Amino acid sequence: MGAIRVTKRPDGVAVLTFDNPKGKVNILSPEVVEEFRGVIDDIERDPGVKACVLVSAKADNFIAGADLKFFLSIRDPMVGERFSRDGHALLDRVADSSKPTVAAIAGLALGGGLEVALACHYRLAADDPKVVLGLPEVQLGLLPAGGGTVRLPRLVGLPAALPMMLTGQRVRARKALKMGLVDALTSPGGIEETAIRTALGLLDGSIQRCGRKRPWMERLLESPPGRVLLFRQAHRSVIAKTRGLYPSPLSILDCVRTGYAKGPAAGYDRESVLFGQLVAGPECKALIGLFEATTELKKPLDATPPRPVDRLAVLGAGFMGSGIAAVSLELAPVVVRDLSQKALDGCARGVYSGLSKRVKSGAISRFERDRLFARLHLTQQAEALRRAELVIEAVFEDLELKRKVLAEVEALVPAECVFASNTSALPIASIAEKALHPERVLGMHYFSPVPKMPLLELVVAEKTAPWAVATARAFAVKQGKTAIVVEDGPGFYTTRILSPFLNEAVLLLEEGARMEALDGALKDFGYPVGPVTLLDEVGIDVGAHVARELGPVYAHRGLGASDALPRLFEAGYQGRKNGRGFYVYPPRGKKGKKRPNAEVYGLLGGAPRRPMDRKAMAERLALLMANEALHCLQEGVLSCPRDGDVGAVFGLGFPPFRGGPFRYLDALGARQAVDQYEALAKLHGQRFTPAPLLVEMAKSGKKFYEA
Amino acid sequence: MKSVMNGRRVVVVDGRRTPFARSGTAFTDLTAYDLGRHAVAGLLHHAPVEPGEVELLVMGTVLQDPATNNVAREVGLASGLPPSVPAFTVTVACVSANLAILNAANAIALGQADVAIAGGTDTLSDAPIRVSRNVRKRLMAAQKGRGLKGLLGMAKGLKFRDLAPEVPAIADFSTGLSMGQNAERLAKRLGISRADQDAYALRSHQRAAEAARKGFFADQIVPLYAPPAFKVVEADNGVRGDSTYEKMASLKPAFDRRFGTVTAANSSYLTDGASAVLLMSEERARAKGIKPLASLRAVSTTAMDPLDELLLGPAFAIPGVLESAGISPAEVGVWEIHEAFAVQMLAVLKLLEDERFARERLGTEKPVGAIDPEKLNAWGGSLSIGHPFGATGGRLVTTCCRRMEREGARYGVVAACAAGAVGNAIVLERV
Repeated sequence: MGAIRVTKRPDGVAVLTFDNPKGKVNILSPEVVEEFRGVIDDIERDPGVKACVLVSAKADNFIAGADLKFFLSIRDPMVGERFSRDGHALLDRVADSSKPTVAAIAGLALGGGLEVALACHYRLAADDPKVVLGLPEVQLGLLPAGGGTVRLPRLVGLPAALPMMLTGQRVRARKALKMGLVDALTSPGGIEETAIRTALGLLDGSIQRCGRKRPWMERLLESPPGRVLLFRQAHRSVIAKTRGLYPSPLSILDCVRTGYAKGPAAGYDRESVLFGQLVAGPECKALIGLFEATTELKKPLDATPPRPVDRLAVLGAGFMGSGIAAVSLELAPVVVRDLSQKALDGCARGVYSGLSKRVKSGAISRFERDRLFARLHLTQQAEALRRAELVIEAVFEDLELKRKVLAEVEALVPAECVFASNTSALPIASIAEKALHPERVLGMHYFSPVPKMPLLELVVAEKTAPWAVATARAFAVKQGKTAIVVEDGPGFYTTRILSPFLNEAVLLLEEGARMEALDGALKDFGYPVGPVTLLDEVGIDVGAHVARELGPVYAHRGLGASDALPRLFEAGYQGRKNGRGFYVYPPRGKKGKKRPNAEVYGLLGGAPRRPMDRKAMAERLALLMANEALHCLQEGVLSCPRDGDVGAVFGLGFPPFRGGPFRYLDALGARQAVDQYEALAKLHGQRFTPAPLLVEMAKSGKKFYEA
Repeated sequence: MKSVMNGRRVVVVDGRRTPFARSGTAFTDLTAYDLGRHAVAGLLHHAPVEPGEVELLVMGTVLQDPATNNVAREVGLASGLPPSVPAFTVTVACVSANLAILNAANAIALGQADVAIAGGTDTLSDAPIRVSRNVRKRLMAAQKGRGLKGLLGMAKGLKFRDLAPEVPAIADFSTGLSMGQNAERLAKRLGISRADQDAYALRSHQRAAEAARKGFFADQIVPLYAPPAFKVVEADNGVRGDSTYEKMASLKPAFDRRFGTVTAANSSYLTDGASAVLLMSEERARAKGIKPLASLRAVSTTAMDPLDELLLGPAFAIPGVLESAGISPAEVGVWEIHEAFAVQMLAVLKLLEDERFARERLGTEKPVGAIDPEKLNAWGGSLSIGHPFGATGGRLVTTCCRRMEREGARYGVVAACAAGAVGNAIVLERV
């Protein structure tokens, strides 16, 4: 069965309906492209066809993009290059045809999907929040290889096109109309009919594309000297953001520049060549791997059905609690309980401003904001929790407090209510030690800020029942989170691998590293923030607390925590929040740069500052993190390398283009990694002794991911 | 209308309201729609029914915002009721919420619904201010205006004073008298002194403050987090518990500067707020194991001459509703009567005792008699708590039920007057 249905109407319009028989979304695989070519051949030949309409039979997507499984399979750059060239040839025929083609977009049109629409003569979109247009290839380490780098800037102007391609920025229908990306909006129902009328109108000249008026600023920027300026600026911001670690945005700039300098044909050619290189490269494989992993993790597991959650209660109205409430309002009414009225006020303000931002972006209407905000119920009364079916506590990280809160909740809620703790390190089993129903207690470890961070670590204790896990997981997926399920234990997975990583950073400082050099080294490695800055952001008190909890547990492997953090905390250092951390921060509300706090070096004691090899520093930290991840996998805390990679990348900022600790080790090769670990162990101690699992793999030559 | 309540028994299950705020203070940035949805969402949060069980929403409102003509519908959609719940708005001046509750109760009594929400909402902070009729006419014409010349032509005949905006007056259309002017007439006609009015108003404030202090409103006020500051508003902000008789006496009359007795302090003030009451058929409540607060035993809706009897609604509605319920005034443990003006309350109390009034205006031999002041508005009233026109009825019914619960009363009476001389009274019975 084909993916494109062709209906030739008596009025001369051929309607091409994309309807992938194998899934809920239309994608462009080599087979679909081949089929599309056949359809275009036929339409060009058929004198009865005067005009064409492209439409999707899917509820919420036009064409969602290319076939990622195919991209993952590409080893040879020539294969990718050929795929791109075939696409160009096909879309050029659509664009150059004398038969006008109208794209009717009533849902997602991303990547190749948007490029198909760009090649059409007219783009009609539904006035609906479901319509989202974009070229997100960069997020997968690729570039728009279907003519997007040439056609998009010519349609919407270079200043608007660059951010779309370089950051994957997406636009909704109304914005798309304003910027000229689509030519007209219509109501979602009956878009096919409107598109047919439009096609006939284009044919008889009663409808013409009303070209966008280019503002003078845009004309100026698109003049040859303006372009030089614009490209230089874009290049600079790409380098600042990616530190040159990601080849794809630079390749995109290259294509756009070539297209302007040497004409569209040269631009297409450049697209194909560079696409071939990117798609066969490791960065793209890692990024697509992560994307596929998160997609898999969002699919329902049918083993145990989740129970419905019609009412959520969040305990603690702080930043975390507010964030959890904010991402849950669309799913259920939310009660937030806090004893502090000030915290409740802050929660109301935070949730409302988050909703207002979504109104501004066009994601929801003002009325929808009102409706969602009305589902937030803030209270100091415990009584209000009575009807909750899921309770997530986000109170202060203190075992006794969490136990008390759990007891209080258990006295109120029905037996089928799940109790989740948003703890980052306290073992769920000890929180649930005195619970009446330990089977419904688990951990839902969110990351801050909740609305932005996609990861959720779902912690399952020994006594946790499968139905409780299924319920929490289903809820988290509906919140838009990628939930990895991990086993209970000190620090679970993410905190457990982060703790030695941060500790190692402190040790490096004690050895004489400069903090800005250390942070820079890890950023050069691909982390979004350096470990020293991260310690300041998380809070030195929190770091000290975690080190105290976890240090002794893994001390036998030489992972005892440095006493530097508790010492700093006692000296009044809390990090960003009190303006005194490893760095000194400008006062709240004032602009300025943070600068290293030399006093800290004094407190840390140890060696005088000295230059250290940046690459060695970064690898030392990353390898230690990866080693702990290996232990987690070996001990069964993790069920698979995929979850470990997703957790480290989306929770801790492990460099995405490296794909996570396991993919990183795969890239190094187990043999090579073991050697590196052993060398480090000789230098720094047994904490670098490679996990037995890795040693075994080095012997067997196995990899975590199939090649 | 006849004072009867036929059909299935209707019970009050819960009642909630926003805090009431003096206009132009805490809720300046909110519309009646905003206040209404907070009240209904708050009620739904506490109510022992799921939103999907509600079958009808009726809301009262007085100052209609043209943007939300049927404000009840917008409130319903935004507060978590399913879109399938019909909603309509009633407007009967100060008894709007009372009649909204009756409308919903009637639907339940007739078997058209088992679960309904009724209440009201009003904001006086954002009254719909219009441009003058002369300007409006031209603006309407301008929509079909032709060119600059046509536009200029439209200025012809426009007077300077036409440019002044029209603020809606709180006045009766038929008499042209404002509420305050009419209250002043009443004071003079019945000889009610300034001193008595001030004393009554002062007591209202003291009682409201006392009730708030004791936490009596905790189970009816839904705290509201209003943009832009989102500082919670948990209490009515117009109650002056610390006021003194001297302070009250020092105010100048507001409506008749020379001979008047009605002042800003002994009148209810402009207020923003909303209320919502959950009503159910007694059968449904029983089936769900819900213990209702009270049942609606009898109702009476009356209307009189808007010039001389404008504010006397309760004096006409109460005798009828007591008779219909078959109870004597002495059996009533809780009285909740809307306090538009201190003088209006004193007039109503006076006429309820007045034999001539009973004979001539009600056609009965015996007047109702004196109402025990301890049982009347014991937690304050509209004079102190405030009076968002369309919402007050919900507050009266809820407070009446809560007081009956706390004071162990079997019967309670809610009564109110309204512009147009409409009156309403309801007898509630604890079940």
